[in-house]
Amino acid sequence: MSDHEYTPNSKFGKWFNDRLPLLTLANHLTDYPTPKNLNYWWTFGGILTFCLITQIVTGLVLAMHYIAHADMAFSSVEHIMRDVNYGWLLRYVHANGASMFFLAVYIHIFRSLFYGSYKSPREIIWILGIIIYLLMMAAAFMGYVLPWGQMSFWGATVITNLFSAIPLVGESITTWLWGGYSVDNPTLTRFFTLHYLIPFLILGLVVLHIWALHVPGNNNPVGIDIKKPSKDTVPFHPYIVIKDAFALLMFCIVFALFVFYQPNILGHADNYIEADPLVTPAHIVPEWYLLPFYAILRSVPDKLMGVVAMLSAILILAALPWLDTSKVRSAVFRPLFRQFYWILVADVLILGYVGAMPAEGLYLLIARVATAYYFAHFLIILPVLGWKEKTTPLPLSITEPVLGGSPNLAAARSDEKIEKTIK
Amino acid sequence: MSDQKDEKKTNRRDFLFTATAAAGAVGVGAAVWPLVDQMNPDASVKALASTEVDVSSMQPGQSLTVLWRGKPVFIKRRTEDEIKKARTVDISDLKHPEKDEDRAKNPEWLVMLGICTHLGCVPLTDKGDYDGWFCPCHGSHYDTSGRIRKGPAPTNMEIPKYEFVNTNTIKIG
Repeated sequence: MSDHEYTPNSKFGKWFNDRLPLLTLANHLTDYPTPKNLNYWWTFGGILTFCLITQIVTGLVLAMHYIAHADMAFSSVEHIMRDVNYGWLLRYVHANGASMFFLAVYIHIFRSLFYGSYKSPREIIWILGIIIYLLMMAAAFMGYVLPWGQMSFWGATVITNLFSAIPLVGESITTWLWGGYSVDNPTLTRFFTLHYLIPFLILGLVVLHIWALHVPGNNNPVGIDIKKPSKDTVPFHPYIVIKDAFALLMFCIVFALFVFYQPNILGHADNYIEADPLVTPAHIVPEWYLLPFYAILRSVPDKLMGVVAMLSAILILAALPWLDTSKVRSAVFRPLFRQFYWILVADVLILGYVGAMPAEGLYLLIARVATAYYFAHFLIILPVLGWKEKTTPLPLSITEPVLGGSPNLAAARSDEKIEKTIK
Repeated sequence: MSDQKDEKKTNRRDFLFTATAAAGAVGVGAAVWPLVDQMNPDASVKALASTEVDVSSMQPGQSLTVLWRGKPVFIKRRTEDEIKKARTVDISDLKHPEKDEDRAKNPEWLVMLGICTHLGCVPLTDKGDYDGWFCPCHGSHYDTSGRIRKGPAPTNMEIPKYEFVNTNTIKIG
């Protein structure tokens, strides 16, 4: 790679860089060859970095005013909302920022699913991503407990009780998690500590995620390997930087709409009632981003198996690079996979919807069918598709379909052309 | 020729570049300000910015320390002797020249921030070479008007904004 040849211009720069090659790193990041056909679905990596930084910065500031104590947490949050300068803004950015973070991460994940970004040689990037996603869910859940409202308290009770499903040691583990015999002050203080810790773990994993990305380079909408640097690539700066910045700006507009116009629409009114261990709210639902997994949990009529199903639904993603047996990455060249992809998207949305509804009657039936389909997609459809599907021909390079002049990638490639290009 | 001219002249691209950078700087500034301002005193702190003290039970020679904005305030009901000592000092001898008349509008009452102007310790009352206050941290001596007479402190102890709400009550702040 060109990195190794880089030498700084100034004498001091060279002296410094020989001792700590930060300038080489900066040069690598600016010159990093990027496929020139990346579309806007590829801008969510940058957007997610922005989300993480926003959560860390606003969270840091909120922690200066928040009090992690069962008797004071609720009123300290109200103190932030009413007394602290711009406290309302900081808290609304942090609370809605969590939703924005998940919105972006779901788009990011589904982009990978569509363009086969999880396939060889990018399996490690994908698995690191799944770990980040798991940590995000843990951080979001524990953060939701901190205001110590009714939803905080009962959400914490329900989720920690999931561990009681584990045979033999379940009860002891739950007691250990609580630090008592129910969700109480010890639970709150440890959740606060972990909620503070996890974002920094995520930050470290993001560094590894990007590092692992920079080894093979970006996948692209065509999904074929490219030579880098070559005519197929552009330097990261300024081409991708400006595209990412524009996408981020658009994303921030949506973010601002929530923060300034509907700051509570994604929350639950019950959480503005202080936690009461004697009264459970009538309808307990998690935040929207956890609903599909909540639906899977409830669709299984057995306590232990429900928890197993819910965890498997996430962990199955880690095995995806080996479950999808097709050698073709991009769904653009996989007509059958493309259809199943959109069915999966619909399936997850349906799971999310029924997750928010009471678990009874028709909703429960739909949740069960959708859960079964979710697992069938990964365990049956994907492995079989890899063998049976007839994929359309791949172009030789990402430049070829553009120069061929036809918008149809497959049609842009004729047999004579290939022979000419090879020679 | 014309190419050369274009290079020197500010063109539309330069304008757009500068305008974008300026708008970006304003945006970043607006986003960062709440993060900075949240550390300033909040509404609940500002609501406690003044304190009322009942001094009806204080006899001449007695002093009282009250908490105002988290800091000690000395309220001293001075004796005739102490007032005389404070008022007969030659102003030009002082390190920080201030008339006692300016420090205590009502000569009987001295209301003063009880913080040594050296490094912020709380001085001891009725101590020191001038029978006023003495700071145990680094040995600053204050007189009966709270003026610095000897030691490392640079200025006299501060007089906060206060007023007599009625004969028995002082409102500080």
